[in-house]
Amino acid sequence: MDLTTKYLGFLLNSPLVAAASPLTASVDSSKLLEDAGAGAVVLPSLFEEQLISDSIEIDERLNQGTYAYPESLTYLPEIPFASDEAEQYLDLVRKSKEALSIPVIASLNGYTDGGWLRYAKEIEQAGADALELNVYYLATDPDERCESVEKRYLDLIGTVKAAVQIPLAVKVGPYFSAFAHTAQQMKSAGADAFVLFNRFYQPDLDVETLNVTPNLVLSTSEDLRLRLHWVGILFGKLQVDLAISGGVHTHIDVLKSLMAGASVTQFASALLQKGIPLLTKILEELTDWMEAHEYHSIEQMRGSLSQNRVFDPTHFERVNYTRMISAYRR
Amino acid sequence: MSKEIVMIDGNEAAAYSAYHTSEVIAIYPITPSSLMGEYADQWAAEGRQNIWGSVPTVVEMQSEGGAAGALHGSIQAGALSCTFTASQGLLLMIPNMYKIAGELTPTVIHVAARAVATHALSIFGDHSDVMGTRETGFALLASNSPQEAMDMALIAQEASLESRVPFLHFFDGFRTSHELARAEEISLIQMQAMIDQARVKEFRLRALSPETPRIRGTAQNPDVFFQAREACNPFYAACPAITASVMEKLFRITGRQYHLFDYVGTIDAERVIVMMGSGAETAEETVKYLTDRGEKVGLLKVRLFRPFSVPDFIQALPASIQKIAVLDRTKEPGAIGEPLYLDVVTAIHEAKESGKASFGPLRIVGGRYGLSSKEFTPAMVKAIYDELAKPEPQNHFTIGIQEDVTNSSLSFDPSFSTEDPRTLRCLFYGLGSDGTVSANHNSIRIIGLETDNFARGYFVYDSKKAGAVTVSHLRFGPEPILSTYLINRANFIACHQFYFLEQQDMLKAAEVGATFLLNSPYPASEVWSHLPRRVQQQMIEKKIKFFVIDGYQVAKDTGMGNRINTIMQTCFFAISGILPKGKAIEKIKESIQKTYGRRGETIVAKNFLAVDHTLSHLQEVQVPETVSSTFDMRRPVPVEAPEFVQNVTAKIIAGLGNDIPTSLLPNDGTFPSATSQWERRNIALEIPVWDPSICIQCGKCSIVCPHATIRGKVYDPKLLEKAPPTFKSTKALWKEFPDTVFSLQVAPEDCTGCGLCVSNCPAKNKQESGKKAINMASQLPLRDQEKSNWAFFLSLNEVDRSKLKLNLVKDVMLLRPLFEFSGACSGCGETPYVILLSRLFGDRAMIGNATGCSSIYGGNLPTTPWSQNREGRGPAWSNSLFEDNAEFGFGMRLALDQQNAFAKDLVRKLSTEIGKELSENLLTAEQSSEAGIQQQRERVAALKQRIVGIDRPEVEQLMPIANTLVKKSVWIVGGDGWAYDIGYGGLDHVIASNRNVNVLVLDTEVYSNTGGQMSKATPRGAIARFAANGKDTRKKDLAMMMMAYGTAYVARVSMGADDGQTIRAFLEAEAYEGPSIIIAYCHCISQGLDLVHGLDQQKKAVQSGYKPVQRRIEPVAHRL
Repeated sequence: MDLTTKYLGFLLNSPLVAAASPLTASVDSSKLLEDAGAGAVVLPSLFEEQLISDSIEIDERLNQGTYAYPESLTYLPEIPFASDEAEQYLDLVRKSKEALSIPVIASLNGYTDGGWLRYAKEIEQAGADALELNVYYLATDPDERCESVEKRYLDLIGTVKAAVQIPLAVKVGPYFSAFAHTAQQMKSAGADAFVLFNRFYQPDLDVETLNVTPNLVLSTSEDLRLRLHWVGILFGKLQVDLAISGGVHTHIDVLKSLMAGASVTQFASALLQKGIPLLTKILEELTDWMEAHEYHSIEQMRGSLSQNRVFDPTHFERVNYTRMISAYRR
Repeated sequence: MSKEIVMIDGNEAAAYSAYHTSEVIAIYPITPSSLMGEYADQWAAEGRQNIWGSVPTVVEMQSEGGAAGALHGSIQAGALSCTFTASQGLLLMIPNMYKIAGELTPTVIHVAARAVATHALSIFGDHSDVMGTRETGFALLASNSPQEAMDMALIAQEASLESRVPFLHFFDGFRTSHELARAEEISLIQMQAMIDQARVKEFRLRALSPETPRIRGTAQNPDVFFQAREACNPFYAACPAITASVMEKLFRITGRQYHLFDYVGTIDAERVIVMMGSGAETAEETVKYLTDRGEKVGLLKVRLFRPFSVPDFIQALPASIQKIAVLDRTKEPGAIGEPLYLDVVTAIHEAKESGKASFGPLRIVGGRYGLSSKEFTPAMVKAIYDELAKPEPQNHFTIGIQEDVTNSSLSFDPSFSTEDPRTLRCLFYGLGSDGTVSANHNSIRIIGLETDNFARGYFVYDSKKAGAVTVSHLRFGPEPILSTYLINRANFIACHQFYFLEQQDMLKAAEVGATFLLNSPYPASEVWSHLPRRVQQQMIEKKIKFFVIDGYQVAKDTGMGNRINTIMQTCFFAISGILPKGKAIEKIKESIQKTYGRRGETIVAKNFLAVDHTLSHLQEVQVPETVSSTFDMRRPVPVEAPEFVQNVTAKIIAGLGNDIPTSLLPNDGTFPSATSQWERRNIALEIPVWDPSICIQCGKCSIVCPHATIRGKVYDPKLLEKAPPTFKSTKALWKEFPDTVFSLQVAPEDCTGCGLCVSNCPAKNKQESGKKAINMASQLPLRDQEKSNWAFFLSLNEVDRSKLKLNLVKDVMLLRPLFEFSGACSGCGETPYVILLSRLFGDRAMIGNATGCSSIYGGNLPTTPWSQNREGRGPAWSNSLFEDNAEFGFGMRLALDQQNAFAKDLVRKLSTEIGKELSENLLTAEQSSEAGIQQQRERVAALKQRIVGIDRPEVEQLMPIANTLVKKSVWIVGGDGWAYDIGYGGLDHVIASNRNVNVLVLDTEVYSNTGGQMSKATPRGAIARFAANGKDTRKKDLAMMMMAYGTAYVARVSMGADDGQTIRAFLEAEAYEGPSIIIAYCHCISQGLDLVHGLDQQKKAVQSGYKPVQRRIEPVAHRL
């Protein structure tokens, strides 16, 4: 059975990729993922905001109360905190690369040109095989126009692409007015692959304490639909690799993703819930299913259920929506 | 060899030489020497090597006694070792110092000399600690400046190795230890050349070793002890010459020359001052000034005080000498003179007797100066020379104070000045948190290292931890600067906080034509009318050049928050012109990169941005010709304050404490309590504003307020008739107090604006969840109305304590705090527990307080937060030492118990006179409740009435101790440094005693007061001072250890996690008739967290299981 798949220029052993999550934050854990059958690992995101806010926080705390009272002119040793975190990340890239034979994809989550550029270069120098740009920008200002938001994305991608040689995957959210067009522009700006979709973590509200409570909700297979939909639309129209991230929990989810047109499926929530051995189990089930259904390769099924290749492409259009509504009424 | 020039303070300079020539360094924090240990710890953590290529082992001990013990052991086992200390710490080392010297073992103790606590503690510099070690056998070597501290530290090490006499190297606390000055750094190659390896080898070979077994430290008997004690004589006889030769060696290597006694002045001087320490720098400056004007005066600087070399001393004096004034920076009450004076008198007497001195008739007088860093100025030096010029100069004088009780003080002319007109003298008034001092550190480094100027900087800090005012004194000039005194003739003054103008008379020090830079929210066109009249007047009279900048606006625009340091620094360079503008900007940015580079590019970038934005906002103001303001500087205290506060406290607050004569000050250290209420510091930018419609009257704001500035009262609504118009009230929610109203009121001028009350308020506005029952709002617009409201609130009656359920937070809120408006940090995590104690038991509490944060915010002048209730009762508080607090409080308990028992005996003896019923009630009174205590107080009052005037000796005996019949609550309060480390032995003993004492451990997990050094309460992995690489052992489980006795009540509490549990623990501890200990988790500035989240941090620490709360209600042994 040929489970190999091409993604970002690499021939992966399997279409199961470990997504950016705490599981790839240690080399030991990544090694287990590789042994369990991961085709590649995406390292956790280095958050530019986190570095900046940590830097500001450490500055404020080191300054707090200093040079005021003669017995305690300072309170803490000078801790090179901010730069350490970036250095630790680069060290993770280096060590992961040394320990693994599968591709190591670093992930960068940032929002300023300068910050992205610097860290993208350093990540490349540290040996990452590819870079996944996690672009998470929430336009909450009513005066900010959608054009400027999209331009922000394109500028970021273009700047990073110009700075590094390694392939570039772009992970975005689904909230664009014209995502197909935006994706095309992002491809033109330098995206070699899209990872669909970023999961925005919306805050919850606590009615007892009247607090807004940020919390992390892991994905379920239900989250897959949106990804399948857009991968199915984009496959064949844009010459880029597509990855699905969010909602892949079973071998059936993997099959759907591949048939929609994804080159790889990224796993995080499922592994956090059921452990790394789940990858091996899914690979076995995937193989069994393909054997039972007489498929011989991943490539054979890839995109077979995309909009371009299905019998009725309108299933991916608005008409699909009206059909569903009327069917429900009946 | 090129010389490396550094800007360095005395602590770093001494630590630099000590570290690089040591192998084992035993440390313990004590001001002002803690920084030496911190440098050593940091360097070791960074892997910095000594001159032999190894990284010294730096170990923090549990006390200075422990550090001295470790030092003693280390040198006996053959490692080159040193330690750093000061004051009480040095006193704790004395027993080991005798041993070390008696065993002729080389070592060096580096001391930032500091006053020893007597009538009061003082962290500031004098020689009373060093003088306390004169009999130990240590050599005593003085240095007078940071350069000398580096040099003498090295000289001490080599001289000790060569002579085998251990050395104590000392320099003045703060004045030298914390002063930044230009110095030539000794290279490691030079250090290697200084240290004789043959002596190191000899030292090693004398070490104890099982390979060559010997014993050292025997017990000797009358037959041989005396003779053996004299066996060290040759070593002491040789020590001065050895030290002189080592000084000579340093001269050959570095070009800097010292002698055992260094003389400056004319060769035909008739009047000479003999002294040691930093004051000698000022004396030297004065001598140069006077000799330039033809006066025959001189100064003899004593370097090696012990062993005192009479021949070298005599040789160093000019033969023309007629009169000597010997200045001691210490006081020995009852002695016929202070130590240096006595030595000089004896030396000259012996020399003359033996014919080795060629002087004619010589008059020697002694005087005291500079205790506790008291200013020592050229004017004072001049006054001493003038006194010597008199036919009968006063002996045993004091200088620098007005001692009007025994009239020992010499008068001096404060207008006398020796300042070099080419020296730029700058004063910067800043707020602790605004970065003024750190910017000035950088400025002085830039000027000292990047220009040909000599530079010297000294920094004066506040006695308060919140809203602290700092004053930086910076001198720059083309000639070496010897001025070791504060600037009182400034040609540049910067005020970094606008509101200081109302409080600080900063232009008093301005010279005519001086420049004044003001951080002003008002532009140049408007600022004049916002200046107090006195400021306007001084500006006009002194022809001040006036500049303003809205530093906070620039800071806001550039992301700097409240840090205006680089902005004001840029203005200083732009105005002073000490460097060309472009070069100045370049150097400021270099210093920013150096200072903040490790904190990330973001921090560097925003500082750069601030620098770039500054100059376009700097404006020159044309000073008008007339005073036009309608207001003047604020009174330090209101007119209604009591007499002592007006005469003494107010002067200290106004910065005029130096002018207070001896006669106005208490002679035994006893001060009135309840004086913090008069200070009204107005440091909060925002204060809490109450919304009665939301409030649930839970008391959670009041119980966590670190400064007791938000309080609740329940009262008769009729009283509202006289309320100010903006005074708020609402129906009270207490069943016990029907038909009453409730008010929550903030003291607007005492609040520090920390926001803990708001963060702890559980009541939210149902329409707008971001609003609570109290919300922070700008103080200035509210100040006047809330002042009136606060005054009215205070006038309302206190609630009847006996009607309250004291285990409820909301009821505790109604108790008057008897600890208020302390000098603690804004948002302090300790003081809410102290305030709780004062509320519950303050009217009958005796408190022994360990030295540390709580003794400083509780007892540092000018004002006293320990307060009194309307009946005049309140906590009786005292601080003994750091190490002995458990024993100190225990002694209070013993005294109370003894007097109580005696009083009861006397009541029995006087039962006829007292009356049977009253005496029986007095003897059997039930005092476990507020009501019971109140009844006993009434009985004692009745008792006194009945026996007063009765002519029996028992009455005379009973009257002064009758109050001990009322239950007293003894509290032993201190931090984790005390309870876990230095005072643990005593704490252990007291807890094992079964006496009724209550211990409150304010556990911040570090030595907070001295700057966050690791204690045994510090958790594993925590980075702290003295644990720069993280602590490698777990937090000591003090509660478990205390429970092991089975006789003590043990509680662990966390106000942020469970305030109800906290209150119950205090009540149970106090009710328990044996020893109780409460370990209170306190958030702290030294933990590196934003204090507004302190309570949340406490809660998380408890919920995570890291810091469990507990109450061990029934001690085990009482069940057995």
